[in-house]
Amino acid sequence: MSDVETEPTADAATTTSEDSTEATGSRLDEMPILRVDDLVKRFGGITAIDGASFEVERGTITGLIGPNGAGKSTTFNCITGVHEPSEGSVVFEGTDITSRRTHQIATEGLVRTFQIARELPEMTVLENMMLAPQGQLGESLWRSVAPIARREVVREEEQLRQRAWDTLEFFEIDHLAHDYAGTLSGGQRKLLEMARALLTDPEMMLLDEPMAGVNPSLEKKLLEHVHELQEQGYTFLLVEHDMDVIMNHCEHVIVMHQGQVLAEGPAAEIKSNDEVIEAYLGGEV
Amino acid sequence: MSDDRTTGDGLLDGVRESDLPQWATDLGLIAGIVLATYVGFAVLGLLTGVSVNAIAGFLQTVTFYAAVYALVALALNLHWGYTGLFNIGVAGFMAVGVYTMAILTAAPDGSPAGLGLPIPIGVVGGMIAAALVGFVAALPALRVRADYFAIVTLGLSEIIRLSLLSGALRSFEIGGTEYGTGGGSGIRYTPVDSVIPWLLERPVFGFVGDQLFALGTILGIQPSVIQGALYTGVLIVFVVAFYLLLTRITYSPFGRLLKAIREDELAARSLGKNTDRTKIIVFMVGCGLMGLAGILWQGSRSLVSPDSFMPIVTFYIFVALIVGGEGSNTGSVIGGFAFAAFLWEGPRFIRTIVRTHADVRAPPTIYDAFVALGGGDPLALVGYMIGTLDEIRFILVGVVLILLMIWRPDGLLGHRKEIAAATDLSRRPTATDGGQTGEEAATTGGETDE
Repeated sequence: MSDVETEPTADAATTTSEDSTEATGSRLDEMPILRVDDLVKRFGGITAIDGASFEVERGTITGLIGPNGAGKSTTFNCITGVHEPSEGSVVFEGTDITSRRTHQIATEGLVRTFQIARELPEMTVLENMMLAPQGQLGESLWRSVAPIARREVVREEEQLRQRAWDTLEFFEIDHLAHDYAGTLSGGQRKLLEMARALLTDPEMMLLDEPMAGVNPSLEKKLLEHVHELQEQGYTFLLVEHDMDVIMNHCEHVIVMHQGQVLAEGPAAEIKSNDEVIEAYLGGEV
Repeated sequence: MSDDRTTGDGLLDGVRESDLPQWATDLGLIAGIVLATYVGFAVLGLLTGVSVNAIAGFLQTVTFYAAVYALVALALNLHWGYTGLFNIGVAGFMAVGVYTMAILTAAPDGSPAGLGLPIPIGVVGGMIAAALVGFVAALPALRVRADYFAIVTLGLSEIIRLSLLSGALRSFEIGGTEYGTGGGSGIRYTPVDSVIPWLLERPVFGFVGDQLFALGTILGIQPSVIQGALYTGVLIVFVVAFYLLLTRITYSPFGRLLKAIREDELAARSLGKNTDRTKIIVFMVGCGLMGLAGILWQGSRSLVSPDSFMPIVTFYIFVALIVGGEGSNTGSVIGGFAFAAFLWEGPRFIRTIVRTHADVRAPPTIYDAFVALGGGDPLALVGYMIGTLDEIRFILVGVVLILLMIWRPDGLLGHRKEIAAATDLSRRPTATDGGQTGEEAATTGGETDE
């Protein structure tokens, strides 16, 4: 008897919990993956960012453009904890990450690449890649040293090696795997940096001028990779000066000017925005 | 899985399996260089009529210094070669280790008095103390960049030395006993090489020892040399242990993290690595090892005083590491040996050879030597060189460093590809259908692998 009575209750409980998971799930989906609110960054007397606010929708490729000195890279640095914002807040995946440490933010799933690629020059491409995966057991000293734990570390390394090779193949730089990263060309470094960032299993990637110094054919390849990854559910925010890239590949564009967000909207709209044309595009487009 | 690893991959020289072959061949390389040097010196000595005892004594001294320099160079390599932490306060951390051991083990009725604890406790205590001082040094170090960090460590090392020298800490009374550092006159204690007489009373070691002493008598080598050689043997065991430990550390994800910090700390942080914590850990470990190396080196005398820890000691260690090649554990050991054998003790051997053949007297100044040379007497100049050999060695060290910077800026074994991974990275997975596997790995990798 008691069994019969309890069963529905259990069912009900399960249903409710499922419902709530769904609810939170959809709520998360609707919520922007990244929200920057009234961000201010001052360096002494200079205000590099002056109250910038914008949102990045999940699963999009969003472009961040603006003339030199508009505060784009500083914004990236403030989002990723390289600089501490003077005011304002950064919310990623519903978590306030304002003034968290850089490595904590990366662990949350928000990774970045740099305007000038920061490969680790005296390490091989493969070593660069193997560094990236999060929460490696062998990053603890005793696990790397103690004979009992070492076996587990070696096993994990074998799995990571597989992923590293696969990702290098995906970016078509696997033939460089054993070269020192410092010997790579500028474009190859950009690819390596993106491949490495990808191995951290991020939710979202901030790409700072990923196409700068990359030849057209490589640029095309890089963009293809970005789109493929977008289809897999990654979100991108990229700073870029190449208007073709921005207009043809970004769903959403944010325009910064003098530390503030000048305009925001779909690429087509931005193209015809007078203010933007005046501030940045110089009336050409 | 791991049985069928093929390591002889032709085009991947130096990119090897982490566990066995690399360190085994490297130990072989070190042993080969050492033996070749021994034979070279022995033949040179025998041909020039140096006594067997003097040769044996010389080789034992060389090996002693080679071992202690290798120990400290290995520890420094962890800081500087691997992590890029420019620690120029090595002598200070060694001092902390030795003094802690001395205070823990010195006789309670000595002056200044110690705690009279057993030597092993003193050794471990010295290591822990050095690691803790390393922790204290690492805290400000996290806030400053490389070159400032160097100044901090040098400053700390001098603070330690001058504190040990100061009158304030010279002696103080606790419960009717005079403790303290002894100021300039230092602390007396039981040296750590007293382990040899103790070992000689144990069954197996005692037997081997007896054979060695008997062999020494036949060859005309004094027992004191053999006694010293036995302690040097203990040091070699420590060198091997250090080497294996550090190889283990550096061929691992942890070692990869260290290299990443050296190469670009911001990049490492941006990949989610807690570099601050890693730096503290590695700095403490390195300092602990420096403390132990100091104990094994200075602790084999029965007196420790602040003069043994002048900044020049740190400089010598750096020379050894630069000669060997920073960033390579094998290079550290070879550098320690090369420094001891060729730069430090080698010239003394030449002096021994010269003195067995000619009664050269050093003229008072180099001017007199050149005057005599002009007058057709080259021996005066030779005599002057021999007489001021200890000073001339500094010139030798400088010249060698300059030549090295010109011809081999990375040291003898620097810039080798020593891959920081716990497994052989050159082994490629079988799947080769490009993008497909890449996609899968990219999306599901994190979940399925764990």
